[in-house]
Amino acid sequence: MRKIALAATVAALLVAGCASQRAAETAPAPATDTTAPQDQAGPVPGSVEDFRVSVGDRIFFALDQSSLSTEARQILDRQAAWLRRYPNVRVLLAGNCDERGTREYNLALGARRAAAARDYLVSLGIAAARVETVSYGKERPLDPRSTEEAWAVNRNAHTQIVSGAVS
Amino acid sequence: MRRIVREFALAVIAALALAASPAAAQAPDPARGPLHVDITQGHLDPMPIAIPDFIGADARAGEIGRDIAAVIRADLERSALFRSIDPAAFIERIGDINVPPRFADWSVVNAQALVVGQTTMLPDGRVRVEFRLWDVFRQEAVLGLQFATTQDNWRRIAHRVADQIYRQITGEAGYFDSRIVFVSESGPRTRRVKRLMIMDQDGANPFYLTGADYQVLTPRFSPSTQMIAYMSFETGRPRVYLFNLETNRREVLGDFPGMTFAPRFSPDGHSVVLTLDMNGNSEIFSMDLRTRARVRLTNHPSIDTSPSYAPDGRQIVFTSDRAGSQQLYVMGADGSGPRRISFGQGNYSTPVWSPRGDLIAFTRQQGGRFAIGVMRPDGSGERILSESYLDEGPTWSPNGRVIMFFREARPGAGPRVWSVDLTGRNLRQMPTPTDASDPAWSPLLP
Repeated sequence: MRKIALAATVAALLVAGCASQRAAETAPAPATDTTAPQDQAGPVPGSVEDFRVSVGDRIFFALDQSSLSTEARQILDRQAAWLRRYPNVRVLLAGNCDERGTREYNLALGARRAAAARDYLVSLGIAAARVETVSYGKERPLDPRSTEEAWAVNRNAHTQIVSGAVS
Repeated sequence: MRRIVREFALAVIAALALAASPAAAQAPDPARGPLHVDITQGHLDPMPIAIPDFIGADARAGEIGRDIAAVIRADLERSALFRSIDPAAFIERIGDINVPPRFADWSVVNAQALVVGQTTMLPDGRVRVEFRLWDVFRQEAVLGLQFATTQDNWRRIAHRVADQIYRQITGEAGYFDSRIVFVSESGPRTRRVKRLMIMDQDGANPFYLTGADYQVLTPRFSPSTQMIAYMSFETGRPRVYLFNLETNRREVLGDFPGMTFAPRFSPDGHSVVLTLDMNGNSEIFSMDLRTRARVRLTNHPSIDTSPSYAPDGRQIVFTSDRAGSQQLYVMGADGSGPRRISFGQGNYSTPVWSPRGDLIAFTRQQGGRFAIGVMRPDGSGERILSESYLDEGPTWSPNGRVIMFFREARPGAGPRVWSVDLTGRNLRQMPTPTDASDPAWSPLLP
């Protein structure tokens, strides 16, 4: 029973991870002028789901790195655009690391990743007061496995909406 | 506590009188040296020691006496410096600890040392514990002490007796009357529950200090053993907290503008050194616990963290990636003159200065493996003591002879606490009720 539940969780995570990554690669500009019924047209514009699916709420880092890749900048560009469109939204930017480092160093590295993402958002005109940061080090992996693939997913900065989204 | 110390002083006088009394009718072996184990070589030839159950005049006293002897045997055996002889082999049955034993009965079972003890229920409900340590070959008592304590405190008395035997025979302080605080882990990796748990050094008496609704990391004991500094996500903003074991109260340490982590007490207990993240730049600060004044000790755009004081309080070893990879650095306690000490292959982190001052323990990450090692404070003499998929976070025994750390033996395995001594040969898993990480060993209890 427990095994089944765990497997289901893993599957859900992987789907979620793939969905947001695919969205990050191909997402068109968010459509604010859509008039289509919401139950058919995907997430409600301005909602947490909209941000996650249409914009991409996670950027990824290379091993031991906190520098932003081109792809990460593209996602952050879209995050900044979305945040400008919904000026009441406040976010928490969490830096995460893979398990192949020691605990305290990874807390520092996660903080560096979160700060790199925030600094970029701020450089795009987002008020620093809207973006809080936190580091979870290696304590909260997205993918529980111990594989290169999982570690790549777990080296990330996650932009989580704290308040101000459309519900 | 004061009472124990006083009884202790009395007991030493008793010990001297005992040693001066004629020991036995048999001829001792004058060719042998006094009872001694070389702490750096003992594992090759552990000293055989016989520890019969402590005798008691009534059922309750006998029960405590059996329990105490079992704890002493386990403590000494775990050190690997001693080999506890199976009581089933004993010939003489001790009936009175004030009568010299029949040494021939003990030498025939190969005992070099013999511990006899007695427990006595006192009229006020406490229990008195007395013991004698005999050198079987020289046929003389080398140590005799007595303690009085409440009945529920018997395990601590057993550990104290083991510490006294260890000290007498190795010439160095023991480490058995001490505790371990660690992070108890449970639940799936993506939503891991991490709570502070504390237990005796041998795994007895485990209990939780914090709840399951927030994660905590990296606990460390104060020199007084009464306070624990740790990092907590309790409010959502990760900060260093202090937990007071006397009052069970916890408080955020200081009013820092960002995440604080990696705390450690100074050797005098008056301050805590920790890391403050300032928008992605981790720097080391010290904070005076009385004045709450803080001093910045590092100033570098790289990550500086995991500070640990030398036992004299004059220097601090820490981790920095200022040279491009994680390495160990030593600086003055005021932040002066940082210099790199690790130059081997791989990443070096989590340095911890030995309470003896002679070594620094660390985690080394190299080639997909994590190892626990030691080096001298100048970086020389590096030795690896254990290695696995993940060995991390060393902590020293009070006497600087044993190191605990946590291990994930293979990918996906939950962490467990292990101990290894400085020879690297005495590797053991500690009994913990759950998965466990970030062990911190207390000083000897007061």
